[in-house]
Amino acid sequence: MKRVQFEHSTIPYLFIAPQIAIIAIFFIWPAGQAIHQSFLLEDAFGLSSQFVWFRNYVDTIGDAAWLQAAWFTTIFSALVTFLSLGIALLLAVKANEVIRGASTYKTTLMWAYAIAPPVAGLMGNLMFHPLIGDLYKFFNAIGWDFNHKLDSFDAGFVVVLIAVWKQVSVNFIFFLSGLQGISKAVNEAALMDCKSPTRRFWTITFPLLAPTTFFLMVINITYAFFETFGIIDTTTGGAPGGSTNTLVYKVFQDGFRGADLGGSSAQSVVLMIIVLALTIIQFRFIERKVHY
Amino acid sequence: MATVKLNNIKKVYPNGAEAVCGVSMAIENGEFIVFVGPSGCGKSTMLRMVAGLETITKGDIEIDSKVINNVSPADRDVAMVFQNYALYPHMTVRGNMAYGLKNRGLAKAEINTKVNEAAKMLKIDDYLDRQPNQLSGGQRQRVAMGRAIVREPKVFLFDEPLSNLDAKLRVQMRIEIKRLQRRMGVTSIYVTHDQTEAMTLADRLAVINDGRIEQMGAPIELYNNPKTLFVASFIGAPHINLIPARFENKKLVCGNLKLPGFKNLPEDIELVLGIRPDFLRPDTKGQLEIQVDLVEQHGADNLVYGALKNSSNDTELCFKTTQNTLPDIDSNLKLKFEQKHAMVFNKSTGERLI
Ligand SMILES: Nc1ncnc2c1ncn2[C@@H]1O[C@H](COP(=O)(O)OP(=O)(O)O)[C@@H](O)[C@H]1O
Ligand SMILES: [Mg+2]
Repeated sequence: MKRVQFEHSTIPYLFIAPQIAIIAIFFIWPAGQAIHQSFLLEDAFGLSSQFVWFRNYVDTIGDAAWLQAAWFTTIFSALVTFLSLGIALLLAVKANEVIRGASTYKTTLMWAYAIAPPVAGLMGNLMFHPLIGDLYKFFNAIGWDFNHKLDSFDAGFVVVLIAVWKQVSVNFIFFLSGLQGISKAVNEAALMDCKSPTRRFWTITFPLLAPTTFFLMVINITYAFFETFGIIDTTTGGAPGGSTNTLVYKVFQDGFRGADLGGSSAQSVVLMIIVLALTIIQFRFIERKVHY
Repeated sequence: MATVKLNNIKKVYPNGAEAVCGVSMAIENGEFIVFVGPSGCGKSTMLRMVAGLETITKGDIEIDSKVINNVSPADRDVAMVFQNYALYPHMTVRGNMAYGLKNRGLAKAEINTKVNEAAKMLKIDDYLDRQPNQLSGGQRQRVAMGRAIVREPKVFLFDEPLSNLDAKLRVQMRIEIKRLQRRMGVTSIYVTHDQTEAMTLADRLAVINDGRIEQMGAPIELYNNPKTLFVASFIGAPHINLIPARFENKKLVCGNLKLPGFKNLPEDIELVLGIRPDFLRPDTKGQLEIQVDLVEQHGADNLVYGALKNSSNDTELCFKTTQNTLPDIDSNLKLKFEQKHAMVFNKSTGERLI
């Protein structure tokens, strides 16, 4: 599409200047630092460093712990994205049917959104606490030998559950407004053309929500990758045995706890590349199927 | 093709709004029925009850003598054309037209034949692979029609389908809809607030006011013989001339104006004299006199407007005349009407007295 060109003026640049400054200071500069660091090997006391080319990268990717974190991140992100989108969509469709209650649902579900990830993690901690946690007791009571401190599946279950619970609210709001953006007459036309509600949903509602879903997918994958850091840190802390380490959490652990700055920088650069690749794939292949 | 029957249907919305207050009518096979009335009179609600998009609070609706109150919209075998077209934005024109057929389990080849046929009939066969947002308003309108036609339903429902089009296209589509309906012979209900559309399309017209039928009949019958003041003023363009009056000493009195020739009217109530602009003509022995203030030249005929003289309040009159009758502005002009063309209404109830 051809855009209308206005006469050039400096005002727009002034408007975006603060944003550019923020990006430069908080993103470009640290990213540059990370790339620089990732080629260096420091001695144990941080007194001298040595340029080692790609050794940090080779060490990172060859490391079994990193591969495990990568695997967990994949599963975790897929589950969190799929479940939080799926549950939110179901809730939004149901809420949209009862037009009266919609605003009540909206406000109620909105609360979870206002909770910071570490706080959500702390709440989860309480619920899953072996002594006072209701959910802990509940799962054990129904015959599931639940212990997230020891069992890596259970630990994964806890972080997925909390991460999904925290994210459903955001998705719900977007889905609901997406649903309300679908013309009433289009829904009515579909009502006359198609008897089955399920079929109507998959042939009319879902395709018309595709832009919302796509947008939320990008947001959710980013969330699962990065923002769940706080949840993991306050619940499992990567335990047991690093089985709930996401890539981001491992960067933090190796860099700040393990003081391996070169290694964790290399990891974060790899992470950056993965995210970049994912974003490109999403926009290239999925967005093409989305009708705006 | 089907008959449709409304048996004393009522609609009360959950918020308490009484949109339809007891409407009955029997629609014949292949008939083109138009619901016309001012905005908010309940005509869309009635149509939507037939479509199954609104529940029926009371009464029942029959299609082919079968009560369909609790039949789902998709199973009623009716197709609707919406005001804003309501096309599926993510489907092509072909997809839009095929959707209803696909869901009814027709074979692909059969669907294709039907879609192509309808597209040809509506002259949209060149756009079959376009998305709705790549079409003009008129083309979208045709696609919406096509989507209804391919279904070959028992009943067509139209809810102000032309009101989003420009004036020229509106006239063109109006003619096309009429032709199409004639050719297909499908029973149709058409909702509009536009009296011209109503007059030109309808086999029978139902004038709706406040959720009730004021009068129903052939357009020309409603024009010539309105039963109420509402129908008289709603039907007919230009608008009927209305002169407030009282009946005193066997004369219809309006200020200093006294009109003889009326009888058997009540003396103690306010009346309204109604005369259509077509039935007034300049005549030196005319009963009414106006001071001309505007002449509209429409081409073949002119509309002359002026203030009625000697009347108690400022009443504007209008009459229709030929191209070459061009009275001067501010000139006085006497107008004559035949007694048989004068209608008299009770002002407060709207009831026709003569
Ligand atoms: N969904 C609704 N809820 C409540 N009142 C409604 C609803 N739809 C229409 N109405 C009311 O019912 C009356 C008739 O509406 P409608 O049938 O749409 O009128 P029309 O099509 O003749 O303009 C109006 O007074 C309108 O305000
Ligand atoms: Mg309407």
